[in-house]
Amino acid sequence: VWPDPRVADVVEQYVPVRVHVKDAEEYQRLSTQYGAEWTPTMLMLDPGGTERHRVEGFLPASELVPHLEFGAARIAFSGGDHERAEQRFRHVVEAHPESEVAPEALYWAGVSRYKATGDKSALQQTTVAMRTQYPSSPWAKKASVWDPARS
Amino acid sequence: MAMNWNGNFDEQLARAREAGRPVLLDFSAAPM
Repeated sequence: VWPDPRVADVVEQYVPVRVHVKDAEEYQRLSTQYGAEWTPTMLMLDPGGTERHRVEGFLPASELVPHLEFGAARIAFSGGDHERAEQRFRHVVEAHPESEVAPEALYWAGVSRYKATGDKSALQQTTVAMRTQYPSSPWAKKASVWDPARS
Repeated sequence: MAMNWNGNFDEQLARAREAGRPVLLDFSAAPM
Protein backbone atom coordinates (compact mmCIF):
# COMPACT_ATOMS: atom_id res chain seq x y z
CA VAL A 1 0.00 0.00 0.00
CA TRP A 2 2.65 2.49 1.01
CA PRO A 3 4.37 3.00 -2.31
CA ASP A 4 0.97 3.78 -3.83
CA PRO A 5 1.11 7.42 -5.01
CA ARG A 6 -2.51 8.00 -3.90
CA VAL A 7 -1.51 7.14 -0.34
CA ALA A 8 1.74 9.10 -0.54
CA ASP A 9 -0.14 12.24 -1.59
CA VAL A 10 -2.46 12.20 1.39
CA VAL A 11 0.24 11.14 3.86
CA GLU A 12 1.98 14.41 2.96
CA GLN A 13 -0.70 16.22 4.96
CA TYR A 14 0.77 14.63 8.08
CA VAL A 15 4.06 14.35 9.88
CA PRO A 16 4.48 10.59 9.41
CA VAL A 17 6.01 8.42 12.12
CA ARG A 18 6.42 4.66 11.90
CA VAL A 19 7.03 2.49 14.96
CA HIS A 20 8.10 -1.04 14.13
CA VAL A 21 7.57 -4.05 16.43
CA LYS A 22 11.26 -4.77 16.11
CA ASP A 23 12.01 -1.47 17.80
CA ALA A 24 10.81 -3.19 20.96
CA GLU A 25 11.22 -0.52 23.61
CA GLU A 26 9.67 2.31 21.59
CA TYR A 27 6.92 0.02 20.30
CA GLN A 28 6.03 -1.07 23.84
CA ARG A 29 5.97 2.51 25.11
CA LEU A 30 3.82 3.97 22.33
CA SER A 31 1.50 0.99 21.88
CA THR A 32 0.73 1.14 25.60
CA GLN A 33 0.30 4.90 25.57
CA TYR A 34 -2.14 4.79 22.64
CA GLY A 35 -3.74 1.38 23.23
CA ALA A 36 -2.55 -0.02 19.91
CA GLU A 37 -3.03 -3.76 20.23
CA TRP A 38 -2.44 -5.05 16.73
CA THR A 39 -0.54 -4.26 13.55
CA PRO A 40 -1.04 -2.55 11.31
CA THR A 41 -2.69 0.16 13.37
CA MET A 42 -2.64 3.70 12.13
CA LEU A 43 -3.46 6.67 14.35
CA MET A 44 -4.21 10.18 13.21
CA LEU A 45 -3.18 12.60 15.93
CA ASP A 46 -3.82 16.30 16.29
CA PRO A 47 -0.77 18.57 16.70
CA GLY A 48 -0.98 18.09 20.48
CA GLY A 49 -0.69 14.31 20.13
CA THR A 50 -4.34 13.44 20.89
CA GLU A 51 -5.80 10.65 18.78
CA ARG A 52 -8.69 11.76 16.51
CA HIS A 53 -9.08 8.74 14.24
CA ARG A 54 -7.69 5.22 13.93
CA VAL A 55 -7.54 2.42 11.40
CA GLU A 56 -6.88 -1.08 12.72
CA GLY A 57 -5.89 -3.79 10.25
CA PHE A 58 -4.89 -3.62 6.61
CA LEU A 59 -6.88 -1.60 4.11
CA PRO A 60 -6.33 -1.35 0.36
CA ALA A 61 -5.32 2.10 -0.89
CA SER A 62 -8.86 2.81 -2.15
CA GLU A 63 -10.12 2.59 1.46
CA LEU A 64 -7.04 3.86 3.27
CA VAL A 65 -6.93 7.17 1.37
CA PRO A 66 -10.45 8.24 2.45
CA HIS A 67 -9.66 7.26 6.05
CA LEU A 68 -6.54 9.44 6.00
CA GLU A 69 -8.55 12.33 4.57
CA PHE A 70 -11.29 11.74 7.12
CA GLY A 71 -8.68 11.84 9.90
CA ALA A 72 -7.41 15.21 8.67
CA ALA A 73 -11.00 16.48 8.69
CA ARG A 74 -11.53 15.27 12.27
CA ILE A 75 -8.33 17.03 13.29
CA ALA A 76 -9.51 20.29 11.70
CA PHE A 77 -12.83 19.84 13.53
CA SER A 78 -11.24 19.27 16.92
CA GLY A 79 -8.97 22.25 16.30
CA GLY A 80 -12.09 24.40 15.97
CA ASP A 81 -11.69 25.10 12.25
CA HIS A 82 -15.21 24.00 11.37
CA GLU A 83 -15.28 25.55 7.90
CA ARG A 84 -12.18 23.70 6.83
CA ALA A 85 -13.45 20.54 8.53
CA GLU A 86 -16.70 20.73 6.55
CA GLN A 87 -14.78 21.13 3.27
CA ARG A 88 -12.64 18.12 4.12
CA PHE A 89 -15.53 15.92 5.19
CA ARG A 90 -17.43 16.82 2.03
CA HIS A 91 -14.37 16.03 -0.05
CA VAL A 92 -14.34 12.51 1.42
CA VAL A 93 -17.99 12.03 0.43
CA GLU A 94 -17.56 13.49 -3.04
CA ALA A 95 -14.23 11.87 -3.94
CA HIS A 96 -14.89 8.49 -2.28
CA PRO A 97 -18.68 8.05 -2.13
CA GLU A 98 -18.44 4.27 -1.96
CA SER A 99 -15.84 4.13 0.80
CA GLU A 100 -16.77 2.73 4.21
CA VAL A 101 -16.05 6.05 5.91
CA ALA A 102 -18.17 8.19 3.55
CA PRO A 103 -21.44 8.01 5.59
CA GLU A 104 -19.62 9.08 8.73
CA ALA A 105 -17.98 11.91 6.77
CA LEU A 106 -21.39 13.09 5.57
CA TYR A 107 -22.64 13.10 9.16
CA TRP A 108 -19.70 15.15 10.39
CA ALA A 109 -19.91 17.52 7.42
CA GLY A 110 -23.37 18.47 8.66
CA VAL A 111 -22.17 18.85 12.24
CA SER A 112 -19.26 21.01 11.05
CA ARG A 113 -21.60 23.24 9.08
CA TYR A 114 -23.84 23.63 12.12
CA LYS A 115 -20.85 24.43 14.31
CA ALA A 116 -19.55 26.97 11.79
CA THR A 117 -22.87 28.73 11.21
CA GLY A 118 -25.20 27.93 14.11
CA ASP A 119 -27.80 27.09 11.48
CA LYS A 120 -29.88 24.08 12.56
CA SER A 121 -31.05 23.49 9.00
CA ALA A 122 -27.54 22.13 8.30
CA LEU A 123 -28.42 19.19 10.54
CA GLN A 124 -31.85 18.70 9.01
CA GLN A 125 -30.33 18.72 5.52
CA THR A 126 -27.90 16.07 6.70
CA THR A 127 -30.77 13.82 7.79
CA VAL A 128 -32.30 14.08 4.33
CA ALA A 129 -28.99 13.61 2.49
CA MET A 130 -28.14 10.60 4.64
CA ARG A 131 -31.48 8.98 3.97
CA THR A 132 -30.97 9.46 0.23
CA GLN A 133 -27.31 8.51 -0.05
CA TYR A 134 -26.67 6.03 2.78
CA PRO A 135 -30.04 4.83 4.05
CA SER A 136 -28.72 1.59 5.55
CA SER A 137 -25.78 3.18 7.37
CA PRO A 138 -25.69 3.40 11.18
CA TRP A 139 -24.89 7.07 10.62
CA ALA A 140 -28.28 7.53 8.97
CA LYS A 141 -29.83 6.34 12.25
CA LYS A 142 -27.75 8.84 14.21
CA ALA A 143 -28.75 11.64 11.84
CA SER A 144 -32.44 10.67 12.04
CA VAL A 145 -32.74 12.58 15.31
CA TRP A 146 -32.52 15.83 13.30
CA ASP A 147 -35.40 14.88 11.02
CA PRO A 148 -37.39 18.09 10.37
CA ALA A 149 -40.58 16.01 10.39
CA ARG A 150 -40.01 15.18 14.08
CA SER A 151 -40.26 18.78 15.25
CA MET B 1 7.52 6.62 -4.42
CA ALA B 2 9.40 6.52 -1.13
CA MET B 3 7.94 8.30 1.84
CA ASN B 4 9.94 9.98 4.49
CA TRP B 5 8.87 8.05 7.58
CA ASN B 6 10.54 8.93 10.81
CA GLY B 7 11.01 6.64 13.80
CA ASN B 8 11.51 9.22 16.52
CA PHE B 9 8.02 9.95 17.78
CA ASP B 10 8.80 12.52 20.46
CA GLU B 11 10.96 14.55 18.10
CA GLN B 12 8.36 14.47 15.35
CA LEU B 13 5.50 15.31 17.70
CA ALA B 14 7.42 18.35 18.90
CA ARG B 15 7.94 19.35 15.27
CA ALA B 16 4.24 18.84 14.50
CA ARG B 17 3.16 20.85 17.54
CA GLU B 18 5.38 23.73 16.54
CA ALA B 19 4.11 23.68 12.95
CA GLY B 20 0.48 23.01 13.89
CA ARG B 21 0.47 19.88 11.74
CA PRO B 22 -1.23 16.53 12.36
CA VAL B 23 0.72 13.33 12.96
CA LEU B 24 0.24 9.94 11.33
CA LEU B 25 1.48 7.26 13.71
CA ASP B 26 1.85 3.85 12.08
CA PHE B 27 2.36 0.75 14.20
CA SER B 28 3.90 -1.73 11.82
CA ALA B 29 5.19 -5.29 11.66
CA ALA B 30 5.81 -5.22 7.93
CA PRO B 31 9.15 -6.58 6.67
CA MET B 32 11.76 -3.85 6.94
